[in-house]
Amino acid sequence: MAIISRGFSGRRAAADVKLPPGQYLTTDFPVLSAGPTPSVPLDSWQLTIDDGSRVLRKWDWKSFRELSSESFTVDLHCVTRWSKFGTSWEGVSLDTLLAEVKTDASYAFVHSYGDYTTNLPLKDLLNKQAWIAFRFDGENLAPEHGGPARLLVPHLYLWKSAKWVRRITLTREDKPGFWEGLGYHNYGDPWREQRYWGE
Amino acid sequence: MNHDYLDGNAAAGELSSILAMDVTTAQSQCANCGATKHFAEAHVYMQAPGVVARCAVCEHVLLRVVNVRHRVFLDMHGMTFLSFGTSQLP
Amino acid sequence: MWRVGTVVALHDETAIVRTIRLKVPDWPSHVAGQHVDVRLTASDGYSAVRSYSIASAPNSENYVELTIERLPEGEVSPYLTQEVAVGDRLELRGPIGGWFVWRRCQTEPVQLIGGGSGIVPLMAMIRSRSVWRSTAPFRLLYSAREPSAVLYQDELHALSGHDCPVTVTYAYTRATPKGWPRPPGRVDASLIANTTWPANLAATSYVCGSTSFVESIAGLLTASGHEPDKIRTERFGPTGERK
Repeated sequence: MAIISRGFSGRRAAADVKLPPGQYLTTDFPVLSAGPTPSVPLDSWQLTIDDGSRVLRKWDWKSFRELSSESFTVDLHCVTRWSKFGTSWEGVSLDTLLAEVKTDASYAFVHSYGDYTTNLPLKDLLNKQAWIAFRFDGENLAPEHGGPARLLVPHLYLWKSAKWVRRITLTREDKPGFWEGLGYHNYGDPWREQRYWGE
Repeated sequence: MNHDYLDGNAAAGELSSILAMDVTTAQSQCANCGATKHFAEAHVYMQAPGVVARCAVCEHVLLRVVNVRHRVFLDMHGMTFLSFGTSQLP
Repeated sequence: MWRVGTVVALHDETAIVRTIRLKVPDWPSHVAGQHVDVRLTASDGYSAVRSYSIASAPNSENYVELTIERLPEGEVSPYLTQEVAVGDRLELRGPIGGWFVWRRCQTEPVQLIGGGSGIVPLMAMIRSRSVWRSTAPFRLLYSAREPSAVLYQDELHALSGHDCPVTVTYAYTRATPKGWPRPPGRVDASLIANTTWPANLAATSYVCGSTSFVESIAGLLTASGHEPDKIRTERFGPTGERK
């Protein structure tokens, strides 16, 4: 049973905004990483969509940036309890990337440069819920925040928004990613506080 | 050069509540590249949803620790072994 | 296993660095270089844990001293350096670590190299050496931003007058004292060559500071012929969220 530290409250700010349960509001942008920041030169960057055996779509940086992109503002919720409201991004919608992809897959397994992975239902990538983002707050996305490009799925905890995204595999079976395999919730809805297994 | 890691000393406290022996002087062998080093020399990332220790030579994940409410998860499949000396001074 | 220490004394080393002395009734004793984890818990159960090197030498009075630098964006260090008062209790886990330690039985030459708050565990080693009246030859290379950032200055100065002195070399990275022979800058190969034990003495080196400091120094040492397995390192850095 921990003793209470007199006068300690931690880094939480009172908020009159609606936060998901257990979250606190932050105005900075914490950097959390499970490994070294990959260095990805733009002339070798690729984004691939495959089904585990065949490549379905592929873009290099030039062809990726020729796709129509949009600006959007979303709130972010990290499982380590901070939430950041009103973040502005520019990115290509997954609806655009998956537009001509015919698949009977129900799940997506996302790979980053480096060894990070995460998984989510394919339908959570569609219907204006997800982007491959390459600009944040009016500037090119910094490497420490996932640049050149990261996945952004704001309706789920931020560990699902894989930084340094390079490949999305569409699968019929769900397979847990880096954190989902070690105690973190397979789906991760912040509004139902789905942080861990069994919640 | 990206220097946002610490070393095995930083993860030792977390691991001390799981492992009976001091992990910093333990030898660990990377399951990926075979490098055998003291765990104190591992590159440790503490600012994530869990603690991640990586091989100083090839950056492969050696070990991960996740604290989930009233459970702790320890993944060590990235190490072929952890070896402790039994005659260590306190 | 968490123990409870009671704050018995506070001492400001500089404007942003404070030493906290704790009395811990069941303290199992420690070895110089080890650290503790400190856990703070808010009334709603939220807790934060941070690691701090033990600054004090082993002693028989169950006390532990921690020297803590206030980080500008820190969550825990501002509380520990400004809010904590004598009589408060802190939870500690430890002592932790068996790698970055200096033991009484070691007689070989020792090279200590610290950057910023990296001096703290090295100071525990220096203090242990004094307490045990060890004659192990010790040299310290201490890199600090500027003179006002130097910790334990009086104590380090007093050591130079002892029978068995610790030779201390200061290096300043941003601003130097008036008339200082070396302009401000990082530790480089020539400073290593001129002020640290030569490689052929097979000294054990202890390097502590930020990761970039440690990597740089370790590289300079191995480049000048030191065996990697005689270089022990401890990297300091934020373990709370990075901004």
